[in-house]
Amino acid sequence: MSDYAIEMLNITKTFPGIIANDNITIRVKDNEVHALLGENGAGKSTLMSILFGAYVADNGIIKIFGKEEKIKNPNIATNLGIGMVHQHFKLVHNYTVTENIVLGREPRNKFGILQIGIAEKKVQELSDKYGLMVDPKAKIDDISVGQQQRVEILKTLYSNSKIIIFDEPTAVLTPQEVDELMEIIRKLKKEGKTIILITHKLKEIKAVCDKCSVLRRGKYIDTVDVADVSENELASMMVGRPVKFDITKNPIKRGKVMLDVSHLTVKDHLHVEKVRDLTLQIHKGEILGIAGVDGNGQSELLMGLCGMLPVSSGTIILDGEDITHKTIKQRIEIGLGHVPEDRHKYGMIKEFTLSENAVLKDFYKPKYSTKYKTLNFPLFKEIATQEIEEFDIRTGLGADTVAGSLSGGNQQKAIVAREISLSPKVLLIAQPTRGLDVGAIEFIRKRILEERDKGQAILLVSFELDEIMNLCDRIAAISKGKIVGIFNDGEVNVREIGLMMASSEKNEGEKIEG
Amino acid sequence: MKDNTAEKKSFFDRLLDSDVMISILVVILGFIVGTLLIAIVGKNPADMFSSIFDSMFGMARNNGTWNFRYIGETFAYSMPYILCGLAMGLPARVGLFNIGAEGQYIMGMTAAQSVALLVTPFPGLWVFCIIAALIAGSLWGGIVGILKAKYNVSEVVATIMLNYIALYSSRLISFQLPGATTYNTATLPAFSKLTKFLIPTSNLNVGVFFVIIAVAVYYFVINKTKLGFAMRATGFNKNASKCSGISTVKSITTSMLIAGAFAGMAGAIVLLGGAFPKGRIITGMDNYGFMGIAVSLVGNNTAIGNLLAGILFGILKQSQSLMQSRNIPKEITLIIQGLIVVFISLRSGLEIIKQRRNTKKLRKEALSK
Repeated sequence: MSDYAIEMLNITKTFPGIIANDNITIRVKDNEVHALLGENGAGKSTLMSILFGAYVADNGIIKIFGKEEKIKNPNIATNLGIGMVHQHFKLVHNYTVTENIVLGREPRNKFGILQIGIAEKKVQELSDKYGLMVDPKAKIDDISVGQQQRVEILKTLYSNSKIIIFDEPTAVLTPQEVDELMEIIRKLKKEGKTIILITHKLKEIKAVCDKCSVLRRGKYIDTVDVADVSENELASMMVGRPVKFDITKNPIKRGKVMLDVSHLTVKDHLHVEKVRDLTLQIHKGEILGIAGVDGNGQSELLMGLCGMLPVSSGTIILDGEDITHKTIKQRIEIGLGHVPEDRHKYGMIKEFTLSENAVLKDFYKPKYSTKYKTLNFPLFKEIATQEIEEFDIRTGLGADTVAGSLSGGNQQKAIVAREISLSPKVLLIAQPTRGLDVGAIEFIRKRILEERDKGQAILLVSFELDEIMNLCDRIAAISKGKIVGIFNDGEVNVREIGLMMASSEKNEGEKIEG
Repeated sequence: MKDNTAEKKSFFDRLLDSDVMISILVVILGFIVGTLLIAIVGKNPADMFSSIFDSMFGMARNNGTWNFRYIGETFAYSMPYILCGLAMGLPARVGLFNIGAEGQYIMGMTAAQSVALLVTPFPGLWVFCIIAALIAGSLWGGIVGILKAKYNVSEVVATIMLNYIALYSSRLISFQLPGATTYNTATLPAFSKLTKFLIPTSNLNVGVFFVIIAVAVYYFVINKTKLGFAMRATGFNKNASKCSGISTVKSITTSMLIAGAFAGMAGAIVLLGGAFPKGRIITGMDNYGFMGIAVSLVGNNTAIGNLLAGILFGILKQSQSLMQSRNIPKEITLIIQGLIVVFISLRSGLEIIKQRRNTKKLRKEALSK
């Protein structure tokens, strides 16, 4: 019997246009909690998908408990005792916990009749043993996101997995749920499981992991003992250069109210009320952060503010002007900037060049027309070139580069550049750093703060609590479409905000006074 | 390092990168398969090519003299193809599939002949006929545009239905015109006819200028104006356009209005261009509108591409009569046109090949280290 539970030797995998895994070798010891650290696009998920049989590597060898295996599909992986807890849960919502767990391998008696009771008992046992506190008879619809994740864990336990892979498990959890998950992982280790944790969050690695392997841009960097390194060292291994964590923020110069939202109600495309009676104000020179778990009305709030969704009731006042029922174009002209959360869908036109994207919101203005009333493309290019320089956008062909060919970070920089250069009165920013590399994250956060210091009123929506805590002057916790508390920077810590985000998830309507 | 790899790009890679080259390749492929078919049925492909050649350059093979009438007819046939290609192409740039050029063409023709027959003739009547056709086609397209933009009604279904409504409305209206019989109306007044131009023996007429203007307008609107910018943005990404304050309703509706005008003009030019002495009571569709779909596909929705593809289709149409006289089944031109349309789907196939080649290259690079 080998020391190693998993050995992935010289794994190479290419996709159109990129080398996702470039000759990567990692070894994971039996009964070890092993972190796989890297930025978005470093190749972590690809590597684990190869281990789980979702992809087949172009080259390389996989050994499980010392024996070479060809893992061609996830069934083989399951039979080898490898289980995966996916980032996006694969659950049937109107089925019970047990039904989801036994789906496709339902226990039957000799007449072929379903024996769900037997499975329920086993699920209950497993749940008790690992302290998962999941009711086997509950419907998935009725349980929280954190519990749904535990159902996924139970699935792997039910099929006797020895090795459990967690793919970015904390992305959807509140801080309290993260703590609970860490506890569960410790218990799994105690019971002899081998665990791989895919993540880019350093705190989690320090909290539970024994070893940590670092990937960067598809290449293997190093494997270290977590006890021997600091978070800072891990970060610089991940990014490839020293990283400054703390952002220096100038003292706030709060001005008059620029955006006054009162009793706003917005319905989504299915006519479900997603924002309910929401009231908030944003002042000149401040950043107001909206903290909350994904799906609590943040998207609809932004869509309602920018005009993509109609407002059912309530008012939106921008610098004294009622924009509640104005068109999108009018709102932009009055001074509303918007960095949308889905930059490909709403932020830019991938087929357009950078210069065309740079003027997407104001190309119709007279200053962009020649005296013959045709569009002045050289001027577009000039403006885009300026923005490329100012925002350090890395391009292949300068302003003529097609936007879709840029990396995510550079696309986001281009969008932020456009919005800032329109010098709006209020800037809505959603998920500005999702999926970006650390360099771009630093840059964009710095620019957001600069705009604040220039007197911009900014609404920031982010699922990254750290981002909210670092950048915002005031923090509003949102839950089920309502603001459940607003605090000044420094008045609360992550735990307290986390409690709020979760509190009315369980007790609806119970407001916490701020 | 990187510059080296760029230089080493093979001919095949460069071919894959060029839309124009792919269009040309597709046309050549269509002809190759067409040639094979002719050979298989035991005819001489050379006769097919000589017919096509003569339609292009106006040589009369049998007695070795020039016959410019062929060129004239070729361009006369090209006119409706080009216009209907534009009618397909403009909405395509906005992300719509305008199957309705046929209906817009019919309405344009009907409006033109109504004006021609109902208004007391005066010099320059033809200008008003064309204007009526522009308006009628435009309305027919605009209805679809508004339905699509405001209520998200599928433009494919709406245009197909409107094609039939156009066909039968045209009959209803034309039966009311002076001198209507089962097949045609009274003779069109001379003032309503388009003046012959350059080659008087053929049907080539001043419509050519309108076609050239239409191509120029298409190019100008798409590439130079605010409207075209908004249209292209809408076509690529409706959500982002909307979120940026661009009125997608306006882009969509205007594109259909202009497209309808192009197709309507085609109807007027065919009617008034010389081939029909009397007003028409149509029993079926002329198919120029449907061929416009193919023209636009081959021309890749660009102004110049549409122009060239339209001329190609005109050449094929004109060569039909020459082929018949040389014992080649004229249907081969339709087969070639069909093949070209089928091969156009190679564009996406080639896209896959391109990706595969890139992956392979990358894999080699990765493994060779």
